[in-house]
Amino acid sequence: MLRLTCPVCGATGEETEFHAGGEAHLKRFGPGSTDEDFRDYLFQRQNPRGVHFERWRHQYGCGKWFHVARCTQTLEVFGSYTAQTSTVPDHIQSAIKARRPDWEPAQ
Amino acid sequence: MSTRIQSGGRLIDRSRKIGFTFNGQRLTGHPGDTLASALLGSGQVLMGRSFKYHRPRGPVGAGSEEPNALMGLGQGAHFEPNQRATVAELHDGLAATSQNHWPSLDMDVGALNAAMSRFFPAGFYYKTFMAPRSAWKHVFEPVIRKAAGLGKAPTQPDADRYEYFYAYVDVLVVGGGMAGLQAALEAGRAGARVLLLEQTAHLGGRLLSDEVEIDGQPSDIWLAAAVAELQGMDNVTIRTRMMGAGVYDHGYVTGYERLTDHLENATGPRHRLWRIRTDRIVTATGAIERPLSFAGNDVPGVMLAAALRDYVTLYGVTPGDRTVVVTNNDDAYRTAIALKLAGLEVPVILDARDAAIGPLPRQARDLGIRVEVGKGVASVKGGKKVEAVEICSQAGEGTVLETIPCDAVAMSGGWSPVVHLWSHCGGKLVWDVDQAHFRPDASRPPTDHNGAGYVITAGSASGALLSGDAMQDAAAAGRRAAAEVGFIPSEGDAPTAMAEPEEPVQPVWMMPAGASYKLRSKAFLDFQNDVKVSDVQLAAQEGFESVEHAKRYTTLGMATDQGKLSNINGLAVLADSLGTTIPQVGTTTFRPPYTPISMGAIAGEARGAIFKPTRKSPIDGWHDENDAVWEPVADWRRPYTYRRAGETTEQAVHREIRNTRTNVGLLDASTLGKILVKGPDAAKFLDLIYTNMMSSLKPGRCRYGLMCTENGFLFDDGVVVRLSEDSFLCHTTSGGSDGVHAWMEEWLQTEWWDLEVFTSNVTEQFAQVAVVGPKARQLLESLGGMDVSKEALSFMGYAEGELGGIPARVFRISFSGELSYEIGVPASYGRAFWDMLLEKGAALGVMPYGTEALHVMRAEKGFIMIGDETDGTVTPHDLALGWAVSKKKEDFIGKRALQRPDMIRADRKQLVGLATEDPATVLPDGAHAVAGVNEYGDPKTIGHVTSTYFSPTMERSIAMALIDGGAGRMGEVLEFPVGKDSVIRATVVDPVFYDKAGERQDV
Repeated sequence: MLRLTCPVCGATGEETEFHAGGEAHLKRFGPGSTDEDFRDYLFQRQNPRGVHFERWRHQYGCGKWFHVARCTQTLEVFGSYTAQTSTVPDHIQSAIKARRPDWEPAQ
Repeated sequence: MSTRIQSGGRLIDRSRKIGFTFNGQRLTGHPGDTLASALLGSGQVLMGRSFKYHRPRGPVGAGSEEPNALMGLGQGAHFEPNQRATVAELHDGLAATSQNHWPSLDMDVGALNAAMSRFFPAGFYYKTFMAPRSAWKHVFEPVIRKAAGLGKAPTQPDADRYEYFYAYVDVLVVGGGMAGLQAALEAGRAGARVLLLEQTAHLGGRLLSDEVEIDGQPSDIWLAAAVAELQGMDNVTIRTRMMGAGVYDHGYVTGYERLTDHLENATGPRHRLWRIRTDRIVTATGAIERPLSFAGNDVPGVMLAAALRDYVTLYGVTPGDRTVVVTNNDDAYRTAIALKLAGLEVPVILDARDAAIGPLPRQARDLGIRVEVGKGVASVKGGKKVEAVEICSQAGEGTVLETIPCDAVAMSGGWSPVVHLWSHCGGKLVWDVDQAHFRPDASRPPTDHNGAGYVITAGSASGALLSGDAMQDAAAAGRRAAAEVGFIPSEGDAPTAMAEPEEPVQPVWMMPAGASYKLRSKAFLDFQNDVKVSDVQLAAQEGFESVEHAKRYTTLGMATDQGKLSNINGLAVLADSLGTTIPQVGTTTFRPPYTPISMGAIAGEARGAIFKPTRKSPIDGWHDENDAVWEPVADWRRPYTYRRAGETTEQAVHREIRNTRTNVGLLDASTLGKILVKGPDAAKFLDLIYTNMMSSLKPGRCRYGLMCTENGFLFDDGVVVRLSEDSFLCHTTSGGSDGVHAWMEEWLQTEWWDLEVFTSNVTEQFAQVAVVGPKARQLLESLGGMDVSKEALSFMGYAEGELGGIPARVFRISFSGELSYEIGVPASYGRAFWDMLLEKGAALGVMPYGTEALHVMRAEKGFIMIGDETDGTVTPHDLALGWAVSKKKEDFIGKRALQRPDMIRADRKQLVGLATEDPATVLPDGAHAVAGVNEYGDPKTIGHVTSTYFSPTMERSIAMALIDGGAGRMGEVLEFPVGKDSVIRATVVDPVFYDKAGERQDV
């Protein structure tokens, strides 16, 4: 059971205190988008073995959504950060780089 | 024969006797006995029957790895099946029953299976019971179920109590043997908060049975000092009778504590499930001895060598007077020596190795024990007990060289570290060629949130089988754990542990090496599931090359002991059959719990009424006092109807409907979700959430709104009220309030975070009552305080004020088609408001109605119900609710999806009304309409019934259905087969059955 830290209220808690929300940083495609873009937005996910960015909600705490950078293979948590961003913040990228020198952010 | 001997028995109190029963027979044992040792002491070696062949079985082990001696313990509401007699502590009055036999343990007809075993090979069930399909259900399965199985399920609800317990520590040490104690000492002395778990009642592990010197003195002295020191440390907690059950991500561990199983009259919880958070876990879980695979290795009286030693040393009992020892290592000689010193006979030690030259064999020879090297067991003779052993050359094919009468056999195939806890979360193993076992690969541990290994093994669990190595390894493990959680451990010398040195083990996976089929088919790998060497070989031959496939095909390791004894031997046989190596075959996955834990412990206190608390409306008390027939609605309970004396439920529902349509009815609508949405961008936000335009709603007005998922499917609906320019009250379904609130927050926080909007779920802050019927206005007017006239408060209007002195929000909305007001009052006024309505309305014929009347009345009006007319694949257009989907808005959730080709197909399933040809016939809910045939020649389904009732208002049956291209089928007659040769015919009609013009609600 994962141990996560909510960056909004600062609490560290059990996985059961949080609600998983799937892959982070998806770009929403709405009216006017192509069928392909809309399909990918709805259904295509990276599901990597390794560094992954996820959405979590502090369901039984402050109720806020946030993002977690995590390794799906080792369960290492590189950091949690605000959900109000469409890019991975620099300090999270640095934390990942420090542990995974070969990792490159997706384009 | 098995008996209590005069010497040994350090764990029992010979001065006292306690009584227990076994299959109703009264027997005695001593305090400190396990059920198994007490039975052996009473001359009872036969303790159960095996799963498949019903072979007679005695205990093969003395601890938690036991596969054979499974029993039902306790009686009545305290009965529990499949308990291991080897770990059940004896107490006065213990009632034990053996299982999986009929008519009796001694005489079992199922044992015929054994005679037929040649015809029951691996995969027998898969191969045999294939066809015809119907025979499986009616013939094969019932017969197999009757014959197979372990203990009987309890027939009464569990009368015991269980609970959870939470613990947070720096270092968790699992195992209270020498290694665990030393690791705990090191971590405790450094200052870490330590929790030490021992699954048995006694600390010391194998130190209690085996002779080890620590720092030059007998180990008992060190043991007493170590325990005393740990008990004296405030930062160390020791729990015995508690197993480390499972290791999970990021240092989460479950512990299983048995509090009262060993007591005769106990109070308090029986088991406790500990949920432990720790930074480091030291697994000092020891090692388990492996059986040898020779013919008849399952005959009662054949035991693991160390287990036999334990029975003699710890409990002063022996399964026999003459014990043949068979081994491939030096450790088993300790058993021979212990037996000899206890005055028992050891006619021969069969050592499969070519030479036995270490100090232990020398000691055995010096005691006059005959040692035969290069020899093994060809076959054990005997049925319900060992009678003799036939000796052969290990290298040969099993030619009998000599038959030696005996009544017990001690076998040892080497030792395997207990790696379960290490492996639960992904710790990897490495094959140790020298010791012929898998041990943890310290370079590949399970990793925590920092990417660091959080499980450290100690002692023989690391593969350090010799006492001296184990002590050093354990000290290092304890120090490392302490250092990694931020404490400074000792750098001094660890204690020196010494036992007799041992020569290397020699792997023996089959005895003899060239055993014939006849011998192999009597050589058991998995005792509980009756898997033999020949079965695994057959699986390999048939192509089950993956260890996970072979396991499932043969059921090797799938019994309640999860292969603790059988796994390595089975892997070795599989590897040999496939012509590959053991590490290449690999192991199956280790999963928690380590041994079975009670369902009660898993449930804890969450049973009965507190399994899932029921949500109750502020008016619940009145319903409860007035004969409500309850219906669960999401987490709530709501009155389905209020049944009066002499009425059927249906009659009650019809009475409530007629009264509401004639006079006035009251509905407790408090469970409806109420979400307050407020802020400068609230209107803009709701335009995105709802398919309708909400920004155009005027303050003081209500609008029915729909919510779609991004996939374009309808998932919730309700009336939105604009309270003021910047605030809206969004009603949701009763089951949807939490989900809709979370949905709004998700979009606000993760997509449209620039919008200035707050949401608040105020569902439980307000009681809500629907006052419905032609006399509704009259009733409210009698309360006084607000103008509720048509002019002041028109249909779909909203006003705030006081009714009868109670602050009220009044919404003129109708889900029944009648003149209707829904009135929200602060929750604490709910009951008073309800009572006032009943009192003032008595003269008007006011009558509460339940959810079923609500359902029927909405269906009469053709209103949809989320969850009836929707199922996650239905769009607003499918339900003819296109009018509620804005064409003007640039965007809303689901808009893009509703433009996909499949969503605008003309032949999608669409909502229709149905009128049965016979007005008295009510279609079954979910009945399928069929037309023509499909590609298989079967009748083709074209849709299904979503709501169906007898309408007392229309005095006929009414229904709604989703039908392929339904909108274009008006007037068509559809067929609904509802059983053998029975078809209900119904005409497609407009789903609005009652007051199509909507005149009654707008008065």
